[in-house]
Amino acid sequence: MLNSNYLIALHSILRKETNRFLRIWIQTLVPPVITMSLYFVIFGNLIGSRIGQMNGFDYMSFIVPGLIMMSVITNSYSNVASSFFSAKFQRNVEELLVAPVPNYIIIWGYVGGGVARGLIVGFLVTCVSLFFVDLHIFNIFILILSVLCTSVLFSIGGLLNAIFAKSFDDISIIPTFVLTPLTYLGGVFYSVSLLPGFWQTVSHFNPVFYMINAFRYGFLGIADVSLVWSFTVIGLFIIVLYSIVAILLKKGIGVRS
Amino acid sequence: MYAIDLLDIKKVYKGGVEALKGISLQVEEGDFYALLGPNGAGKSTCIGIISSLVNKTSGSVSVFGFDMDTQLEKAKAQIGLVPQEFNFNQFEPPLQILINQAGYYGIKRHDAVKRAEQYLKQLDLWDKRNQPSRELSGGMKRRLMIARALMHEPRLLILDEPTAGVDIEVRRSMWEFLQEINQQGVTIILTTHYLEEAEMLCRNIGIIDKGCLVENTSMKSLLARLATETYIFDVDPPTHLPSSDYFKIRQTDEVTLEIEVNKAQSLNKVFSELSAQGIRVNSMRNKSNRLEELFIELVEKGNKDA
Repeated sequence: MLNSNYLIALHSILRKETNRFLRIWIQTLVPPVITMSLYFVIFGNLIGSRIGQMNGFDYMSFIVPGLIMMSVITNSYSNVASSFFSAKFQRNVEELLVAPVPNYIIIWGYVGGGVARGLIVGFLVTCVSLFFVDLHIFNIFILILSVLCTSVLFSIGGLLNAIFAKSFDDISIIPTFVLTPLTYLGGVFYSVSLLPGFWQTVSHFNPVFYMINAFRYGFLGIADVSLVWSFTVIGLFIIVLYSIVAILLKKGIGVRS
Repeated sequence: MYAIDLLDIKKVYKGGVEALKGISLQVEEGDFYALLGPNGAGKSTCIGIISSLVNKTSGSVSVFGFDMDTQLEKAKAQIGLVPQEFNFNQFEPPLQILINQAGYYGIKRHDAVKRAEQYLKQLDLWDKRNQPSRELSGGMKRRLMIARALMHEPRLLILDEPTAGVDIEVRRSMWEFLQEINQQGVTIILTTHYLEEAEMLCRNIGIIDKGCLVENTSMKSLLARLATETYIFDVDPPTHLPSSDYFKIRQTDEVTLEIEVNKAQSLNKVFSELSAQGIRVNSMRNKSNRLEELFIELVEKGNKDA
C-alpha cells in the first residue's frame, strides 16, 4: 500500500473518531463545560475573591489556565480510552486489524480523535471562562504547543489504558485513582512555590505539573520551572508511552489472541 | 497459484491449549473451499491466523504468494473476512461502516460511496443504509458483513459460518450471491455447520478435528466414498411397511419412506419392488445428508485412532 493509502486510512479513522464524539455531544462536550463553569463560579468567583493574589495575578486569572488544561487532559484521555475499549468490546477493532493499516496509523488515528475532542472542549471552556475573567495571551506559540503536546500525551495514555483494559471498570480506574490526583496536585489551584520544600520536590515528579506550568506561561508569562525542562519532560513522556503502545500493538497484546 | 498456502501451522494458546497441531493446507486460486470440523476443532483459529487476528505459534502462511511474516500488508490486502460473530459498530449505519472499511484499505471516499451503494443494493440493504446497524435483523447483519468484506474487492473471501441463524430464504439468496462472486474469480473459503451448504457450494473440502487436518480432498471424491445413498420416497399411505431382501427400508412417517440403495444397485429395482407391493410413488429425492454421514464417519474414525 502506498503512502497516499495510509493517509486515506488515517483520514478514515480520524473521521470516524470525530463523528463518534460529535454524535454524542451531549455526553462528550457539554458535561466538561458545565463542570468547569462550576469551578469558575465556586473557586474563582466565590472563594477566589477571598484568596487574593497568586504569583501576582488575581486568583481567577491564575486558575483558568489550569482548569482549561484539566479539561483537555481528562477529555483527551477518556475519549481514546472509551472509544478504543468499545471497539475491542464490540470487536469492531478487528476491522482495522485485518486491514493493511500499519500500527502507527491506528495509533495516530485514535490519538487524533482524542486530541480533537480535547481541543474542542478546551476551546469551549476557554470561551466560558471569558464570562468570568479577561484573558490575556502572553505567548500564543507556547500556549498552542503545550496544549497540543498535553493532549497527544494523554490520548496515548488513554490508548494504553484501553489496550490493557478487560472491562469497562478498567477504563475508569486510572482516571479516578491516577489522573485526577495528578491533575489536582499538578498546580491547577495553587503555585507549587507555596508548598513546603519536600512537597515541592514531590510535585516535580508529577508530569501534569510541567504541562500546567507551560500552559500557564502561555497565558500569564509566569512559570515555576523552565519551559525547556517542561517540554523536555512532556516530550519524553510522549516518546515512552508511544513506544510502549507501539510494542503492545506489534505483539498483539490486548487485541489479538 | 495458491490463494493460501499454510505450512505446518501450530497454535498453542495461553494455558497450553493446543488448538492447531501442525496444519498444512493449500487452496487453489478460484476455488470454493469448505473447511469443516466439529465445535472446537480449530477452524476459527485457522481462519484467525490467515486473517492475522490470531498470532500463530509456528509455521508459515502465504496469501497469493505474499508471506504473512514479511509482506503482511500486501497479504492482508488480498483478504476479505466475514467472521462468525457480528463485529461492526452497532451504533453506526451500514453505509458508514462500509465507507470506513473501504478507507482502511486506501479507497478514496468517492469510490467507496459508489461501491457501498452497489453492494448494499446487491445484498438488499440499501433501504437500511442510514439506520443504526443494531436495528437490523440477523440476516441483514450477516449480509452487511459480507458487503463490508467485499468493499476492497478482495481476491480471497473467508466466511466463518456466514449463514448461522439465517432463515432458508435468505440463506439461499446468500448462496447464489457467493456462487456469483466465485464465478467472477474470487476464491472462497467457507466454514459452516450446514453440511448441505458445503456440499452444494464447494468444490474442495478440508476437515479439521482436534487441531489436525483429517481430510483434504475434492467434494466429488469424498462423496464417492459413500457406499450407499439414501433416497426419500413420498408415497400414498401404504397398508403395510414394505419389505425387501435387497434394500434397507425405513418408514419415517405415514407417507414417507427412506430407502438405502447400494451403488451397485439400480433404482429400477427399487421401483419394481415397491410397485410389486402395491405402493404408489408420488415423488422422490436424495436425502441431502451424504456429507454428514461421511463427516461423522471421519470424525469418529479420528476419535478411535486417538
